[in-house]
Amino acid sequence: MKNALGIEIPQFIEGYGPTEPFMGAWTKLEAGWMEEGAYPPPVKAKTAHLDKLCNSLEEAIDKVGFLSGMTISFHHHLRAGDQILVKTLEILHKMGIRDITLASSSLTTAHEPILPYLKDGTISRIWTSGIRGTVGEAISNGVLDIPVVIHSHGGRVRAIKTGKIKIDLAIIAASAADTEGNATGTHGPSAFGSLGYAVPDSDYARNVIVVTDNIVEYPCIPISIRQSFVDYVVKVDSIGDPAKIATGTTRITRSPMDLRIAQLAAEVIEHSGFLAPEFSFQVGAGGASLAVAKFVRNIMKQKGIVGSFMLGGVTSYVIDMLNEGLFKTVFDVQSFDAKVASSIFNNKRHIAISSGLYANPFNCGCITNKLDVVVLGALELDVDFNVNVITGSDGMIRGASGGHCDTASGAKLTVVVCPSFRGRIPIIKKKVLNVVTPGESVDVVVTERGICVNPAHKGLDERLRKAGLNVKDINDLEKEIDQITGTPEPIRYQDKTVGVIQYRDGTVIDLIKQVK
Amino acid sequence: MLYIPGNNPAMIQQGGVYGADSLLLDLEDSVAPEQKDAARILVRNMIQTINFYGTELTVRVNHLDTPFGMADLEAMVPLGLDAIRVPKIETKDEILAVIDTIEKIEQKAGIIDKKMRVHPMIETALGVENVFEIAGASKRIDAVTIGGQDLTADMGIIYSKDGIGVDYARRRIVMAAKAFKIDALDTVFADLEDEDGLRQETEYAKKIGFTGKAVINPRQIQVIHEVFNPGAEEIRKAIRIVKEYRLNREKGLGVFALDGKMVDAPIVARAQRILSLADIEI
Repeated sequence: MKNALGIEIPQFIEGYGPTEPFMGAWTKLEAGWMEEGAYPPPVKAKTAHLDKLCNSLEEAIDKVGFLSGMTISFHHHLRAGDQILVKTLEILHKMGIRDITLASSSLTTAHEPILPYLKDGTISRIWTSGIRGTVGEAISNGVLDIPVVIHSHGGRVRAIKTGKIKIDLAIIAASAADTEGNATGTHGPSAFGSLGYAVPDSDYARNVIVVTDNIVEYPCIPISIRQSFVDYVVKVDSIGDPAKIATGTTRITRSPMDLRIAQLAAEVIEHSGFLAPEFSFQVGAGGASLAVAKFVRNIMKQKGIVGSFMLGGVTSYVIDMLNEGLFKTVFDVQSFDAKVASSIFNNKRHIAISSGLYANPFNCGCITNKLDVVVLGALELDVDFNVNVITGSDGMIRGASGGHCDTASGAKLTVVVCPSFRGRIPIIKKKVLNVVTPGESVDVVVTERGICVNPAHKGLDERLRKAGLNVKDINDLEKEIDQITGTPEPIRYQDKTVGVIQYRDGTVIDLIKQVK
Repeated sequence: MLYIPGNNPAMIQQGGVYGADSLLLDLEDSVAPEQKDAARILVRNMIQTINFYGTELTVRVNHLDTPFGMADLEAMVPLGLDAIRVPKIETKDEILAVIDTIEKIEQKAGIIDKKMRVHPMIETALGVENVFEIAGASKRIDAVTIGGQDLTADMGIIYSKDGIGVDYARRRIVMAAKAFKIDALDTVFADLEDEDGLRQETEYAKKIGFTGKAVINPRQIQVIHEVFNPGAEEIRKAIRIVKEYRLNREKGLGVFALDGKMVDAPIVARAQRILSLADIEI
């Protein structure tokens, strides 16, 4: 059967189960009441004054009784600095555990050492929002028999809530915790800020272990993870390298091209009609996206505009805008450096939120639903405005769905920023290799060679033209780029499906095939 | 005006997307002697194939006294450029010799419109002292430019951020340009990380009469535009002046008062220039 984008989706995928094809960004959610039902969180009890502190991760894992075939979850707040995921899987491997389902909110380059465990059967299934490095390449080359599932940040919460991901053990790294399991990422030597992605894990996992390198006096404040959900607490020497949390994504780019695109995007936002008092705003970290904030900040100052809230992955730049009074509130599901972490701790208008409140489509309204403007990146974008943020131009998995489709669906104005080509590779194409965010959620794409407005967004085209911006039909831009780069040879795929890309509502928007 | 090294194809290819008013493809100082011929061929071929989206195209050639100057002109003149920038011009005769050479090449190539302009660069003490004669040497000269680094080297001083060593040169070059109603283009600001310094220097250049400034990195373009483009308040005021002028002219008054200040012909002319810069017709 074909989904709403005309992509053939089999009714049943081996190892994944029956599928539900993507029908449109809001088609399923419009019903209001979801038939899937909630998966019950565990009901547990502990006796009074029990000692939860374990001497080692091994001891804690031993106590919860992790078996082959079970599901283990992690958060990725430490990004490329994380050491806990790899350490835990090493322990499980040593214990002879096999057939693990790995449900990490994302997989970064720090997780490359788990590759041998994909090859030897220790890990057989993966649910995640993104995969980078050699693990992504190996999966694209078919290392796993069962396709990985790529979900969005909001989609992950939906999958946990409905029992599509049944977490047997959640390992939650925290930069500070007390011996009862109250935990936070906002202070301590490895501070990383919000613990937003770990909240659904703590709520729904059968067992929860908090791992920290910094045991603090009871109670650990703020209580980002509550003791009532935590089975055991482990003190380790280090949870990771906080210097690698940022990995360059939080600094304003110095690339003239990215800055030019960012400046144009800010002009698009300025003249879109959405840059008004009380507007809400989100920018992705890294590349041109974050730089858009810099230019929007200048425009807001010049025009004396004060926005309502900023949302999302929070950089120190966002905090500066909060402190300057340009926005009244920051909602933080993920922080990018130590300065941000301390701001959560000290500023009551800087609010750490769970990924459910951030973007879960299966609740009475997540915050992405209230966004006015979001700026997002793209690995590829096609003439139907469909966006690929998961596979590279060679078809290999090397990106992340993240909050892309969540925010794109909710925002009144979704701006995608990307160069029209990178090196010799076209980014604006006739057809993207894989779709993560459907074109219907994208209003405008800003490149250095032209700004293309989705015709579905009525009136925007005219407003931008009137402002003197270089607005082009996306088909014309695609042809122009094709003249510069030529059309790359099509990638040759095998029949095997190595990845299932879920839309935020759990329907299947695309499949990733094994690269020949 | 964005300088792009003539031996960097990736940068040349992207030259038209940064919003610069003019591209300065450089065959001179940014190209090592052993790469001069390669850069010349590259620039020639790229000018013929790449879409620069209407950005004005200028090439800085090597001086005619070098082994490369003649070959540069022979390759560039037939391309229909907007302008040729000629470095280290010290006398009127020197720039006239260049223009003469250009016209011979044009004749050979069958170009009769003589549309391509010539921009002499003043980069030596002698050039500064002779700038009035140089600027007025030919109708083909529609801008003079100052090369700050070479000039300070020639003067045996170090280029400082306050620009004090080249201040006299700047003002003298501007005055020569104004005398012939042509553009005066300021030198580059070399510290890419110092956005405030760039802004200060550009504001100063504008204040003393420069009409544009060269940049060595696209990141600097925005600041230059912000300084040189008339601001909203400036435009509003210019619109009021021009409107009031028209009303008063109907009454036969050439001089009138606006907000208690006298407005006469030069002020009206400046207001009209601001509106033309901002592309506003009223």
